[in-house]
Amino acid sequence: MRVAVPVFPGSNCDHDALHACGTVFGWDTVPVWHQETRLPENTDLVFIPGGFSYGDYLRCGAIAALAPIMADVKRHADQGGLVLGVCNGFQILCEAQLLPGALLRNATLRFIHQDVHLRVERTDLPFTTAMKAGEVFRVPIAHAEGNFTLEPADLADLEARGGVAFRYCSPSGEIGEDHVPNGAMNGIAGIVNVRGNVLGMMPHPERAVDPRLGPTGGLGIFRSLESVSARG
Amino acid sequence: MKVRVSVQLKPGILDPQGKAVEQGLHGFGFAVDHVRIGRLIEMDVPGTDPAEVKAQAQAMCDKLLVNPVMEKASIEVL
Repeated sequence: MRVAVPVFPGSNCDHDALHACGTVFGWDTVPVWHQETRLPENTDLVFIPGGFSYGDYLRCGAIAALAPIMADVKRHADQGGLVLGVCNGFQILCEAQLLPGALLRNATLRFIHQDVHLRVERTDLPFTTAMKAGEVFRVPIAHAEGNFTLEPADLADLEARGGVAFRYCSPSGEIGEDHVPNGAMNGIAGIVNVRGNVLGMMPHPERAVDPRLGPTGGLGIFRSLESVSARG
Repeated sequence: MKVRVSVQLKPGILDPQGKAVEQGLHGFGFAVDHVRIGRLIEMDVPGTDPAEVKAQAQAMCDKLLVNPVMEKASIEVL
């Protein structure tokens, strides 16, 4: 598995991504500066990390979506290559129109940093194939703009096509407004594009994969990617 | 020409910042309602034809200044 981690001015979870993919899973993982115009040859996965790219100026992710490297990320995605955007990476994917929707200020107006529980809504994705339907896993969130929003008709389309990969839930998997930390519509924590090769999510699975550092609820996503990669 | 682009959240979009400011104003006894907070962008755009300059500003909105999922803009050529 070859992984490219685009790094923008203000990215601050790039080393978490490099650690999870490179150190914990031993994949061939390289950072790629945003001014580059080409991803490394034979990149399997582009991991767009969290942070505050370009200081969140204008809108979160809006400027990063225009960075030179993003044109090649789009080409990679169009060719069926895997793209995972976490936190600011999710915001960037939405601004780049690789995913639908937008991430607004949290309904509470506060930056929220806490563990959340997510329910797996799709198990047929390269990101979830090692997980069970309805499985609940625990990962941290750390964001001020994670309130996923979409026009009602587009939200209905997203749900109808099974575009929701993960939803916030209770520890036992119940869905409901009480379990949504940021006001996201329908409790949406992560979505995929129609083809299923681009995943954006606000929670940080890459921060929950190393037993030396704490809980390992994020492993399912990486194990899924590993099993897809092994199948070649 | 000087152009002013006002970017506002669409009517249906929750504006917690506007709500917080509204509550602050209520605290001072101002009976205001529907406070919405937006963004004002001013710039100098080359050209002398207001219609042409406005069209350029519209193109900027479409490409970068506005996220149509949540925002709408009004353009003023000054």
